Amino acid sequence: MPLPRTEPAAGGAELRRFTTAERWVHRTTSTLMMAAILTAAFLYVPQLAELVGRRRLLVVVHEWSGVLLPLPLAVGLGFRSVRADLRRLNRFRPGDRGWAWRAVRHGTRRAGPAGKFNAGQKLYAATIAGATLVMVGTGLILWFPHLAALDVRTGATFVHDWLALVIGVLVIGHIRMAMKDPEARHGMRTGWVGRPWAKREHALWERETRARTEPGGAEPADTAPPGDHG
Amino acid sequence: MEQRGRESAGKPVGRRVVLGVLGLGAAGVAFGAKIQNQLDNVLAEVSSKDPTGLTQLLPGGGGFQFYNVADSIPHRNATDYRLTVDGLVDRPASYTLADLQAMQQTRLVKDVQCVTGWRVPNTEFSGVLLRDLLAMSGVQQQGTAIRFSCFDGVYTESLTLDEARRDDVIIAHQMNGSPVTSAHGGPVRLYVAPMYFYKSAKWLSGITVTSQVEPGYWEHYGYDVEAWVGRSNGRDDAPTSN
Repeated sequence: MPLPRTEPAAGGAELRRFTTAERWVHRTTSTLMMAAILTAAFLYVPQLAELVGRRRLLVVVHEWSGVLLPLPLAVGLGFRSVRADLRRLNRFRPGDRGWAWRAVRHGTRRAGPAGKFNAGQKLYAATIAGATLVMVGTGLILWFPHLAALDVRTGATFVHDWLALVIGVLVIGHIRMAMKDPEARHGMRTGWVGRPWAKREHALWERETRARTEPGGAEPADTAPPGDHG
Repeated sequence: MEQRGRESAGKPVGRRVVLGVLGLGAAGVAFGAKIQNQLDNVLAEVSSKDPTGLTQLLPGGGGFQFYNVADSIPHRNATDYRLTVDGLVDRPASYTLADLQAMQQTRLVKDVQCVTGWRVPNTEFSGVLLRDLLAMSGVQQQGTAIRFSCFDGVYTESLTLDEARRDDVIIAHQMNGSPVTSAHGGPVRLYVAPMYFYKSAKWLSGITVTSQVEPGYWEHYGYDVEAWVGRSNGRDDAPTSN
């Protein structure tokens, strides 16, 4: 297993996967997300609620951690690296659809080569982003009940409660994938990953990074052309 | 192999998924009230046959939710429990659990409605009518309201004197045929049948007659003091008691 390191090893053995800005976006978002999920659990599951009480405090922490969730990414939009990776996450390469089907049928190990982000990661990012926005919207309706009619509030409660379960499952899945892959975690922690890992997990991205340094190399496989925001 | 320009960028699946989720969310808000109604029926059916109790954790899965504003569940038993009646009364008093059990008992079987939406049908509470306790202590002329205090040290509630003298407001020590458990506010809790359940203070330890209504704990955070089920807090639930 790779040792923790902060500087790239000599000879291009390590690849820059995430910039400092990207890692801070991830770190702050995950902290807020965990705060929102844990307070939700202690507010909602009777057995947990009995353990801690302090309902008012839990409510305040839940409301603020939830409403601040979009902020780290919004700030991150000011950084070129964050925008570049968002473009990659947004766009499905021609092979991504096939990758997703093969991953569902045969597992991610045998789904074929992926770019910097595989199709599963792209779908996860988009789903959790959309779900977070919906949770913030419905959460605000519940936070300020006088702003909406009763029917709207009941609908918002319905969406907030059920979507919370979906998000719980998604986040547990996300953490489980990370637990299975120490080098992926290392990459998110330090920003650097080993070339063998990149070759194994994100072959097209690894090729792309070589192409960038070798003249006449292939076009980047899953990067939108500069300036194309779709 | 790759074509240049817009084609090679690939389809903006991420944006479509985000917009799709937002659309589903909006549709859920618009039609959620109807869907949850249907779902409540199904879940009530399922959870009545579910020995694991897991369905109770689903939204609308039925059952009581546990709310506590203090940091832990306070415990008192038959030996150290006391209920005091004081304030603007002629004869302040203190009751043990046995004292309360020895008095004339009233049994109410009604729905419990929480202001956050959940409702538990046909819940039985028994205990002493609050108006009996007030009568024994003799409310003075200036007394127009009641302040309730709790041995969790934090929670408070209030009623007007007229509300307190209703025949569906009791000091309960039995719930569904057994002693009220600590988690449900035992050994003795207030039960105000016609109002949202936050009025029914758990862990009741003090009844103080006051000259004006002093808003309770949640009422400092925007909940209505007059918490009639279906006619307050912007909700239209079916009344729980007439």
